Amino acid sequence: MNGVHDMGGLQGFGPIDREAQERVFALFFGGFAGGFYNIDMFRAEIERMPGHEYLRSSYYEHWLHAIEALLIQGGAVTHAELQARIAELQAAGRKEPH
Amino acid sequence: MSHDHDHAHGHDAPLPEVVLRVKALEALLTEKGLVDSAALDAIVDTYEKKIGPRNGAQVVARAWTDPAYKARLLADGSKAIAELGYSGVQGEDMVVVENTASVHNMVVCTLCSCYPWPTLGLPPVWYKSAPYRSRAVIDPRGVLKEFGVDIPADKEVRVWDSNAELRYFVLPERPAGSEGLSEAELIELVTRDSMIGTGLPKPVGASA
Repeated sequence: MNGVHDMGGLQGFGPIDREAQERVFALFFGGFAGGFYNIDMFRAEIERMPGHEYLRSSYYEHWLHAIEALLIQGGAVTHAELQARIAELQAAGRKEPH
Repeated sequence: MSHDHDHAHGHDAPLPEVVLRVKALEALLTEKGLVDSAALDAIVDTYEKKIGPRNGAQVVARAWTDPAYKARLLADGSKAIAELGYSGVQGEDMVVVENTASVHNMVVCTLCSCYPWPTLGLPPVWYKSAPYRSRAVIDPRGVLKEFGVDIPADKEVRVWDSNAELRYFVLPERPAGSEGLSEAELIELVTRDSMIGTGLPKPVGASA
């Protein structure tokens, strides 16, 4: 399928970034081992990302997007649960001085 | 670089929002008993440290010392690599391309980040980044220069685009002066990047 994921030859992305986000990688395995998706479902979910989101987010954010979507589809978590927990963590974060 | 204008968008910088999403997801999955954080740590550790480029380095050193193995490796990469015990997820179909005096090979996956896990471990972040994926195929010599690899103009550069089904692996040139070295000593000269083609093996004497 043609899409923005097909990056060969595109220009203007600047220098190459080398930072890692291990937890998303680990969560990928968690969902994979739990039988919630296979690699093709995972890749297809990333390729369905809207172009503007794909381009403005990092590689592991693409993974996170797919993991969230597939775990919600598979019934492991609900969108509402995730939103609620994010709000909780955000509130907790504000209380602690950084 | 001249492309600093989009820093504000930070397309490769993790946003705090992303960190929150990751934490929320891991917490929920842990509470539901769907993942075990310690098991996740073990997975990351295994792929980062145990399954790693050393497997690929062994393949390269064997090919340097055993001409019959090298012939098998170039004829059927998957099979020859499996001879040494390395196969599995993300490394089922391997094609080995040989660097020579006249050809330098490098590997990219323009579509996502396809990479041979059983031989090289996990892909480095730059391999998965938009700049590498997009530029490797239009300006391979420029990208190689950024990695400190200067390929003479009269040497051909071949760029191989890996995909979900088939992954390329570069057999680097054996370093000059390494004739007397054992397989174990040769392994030490083989770097991860030399098997992606964005680097060269260490020169003899550099690893000691």
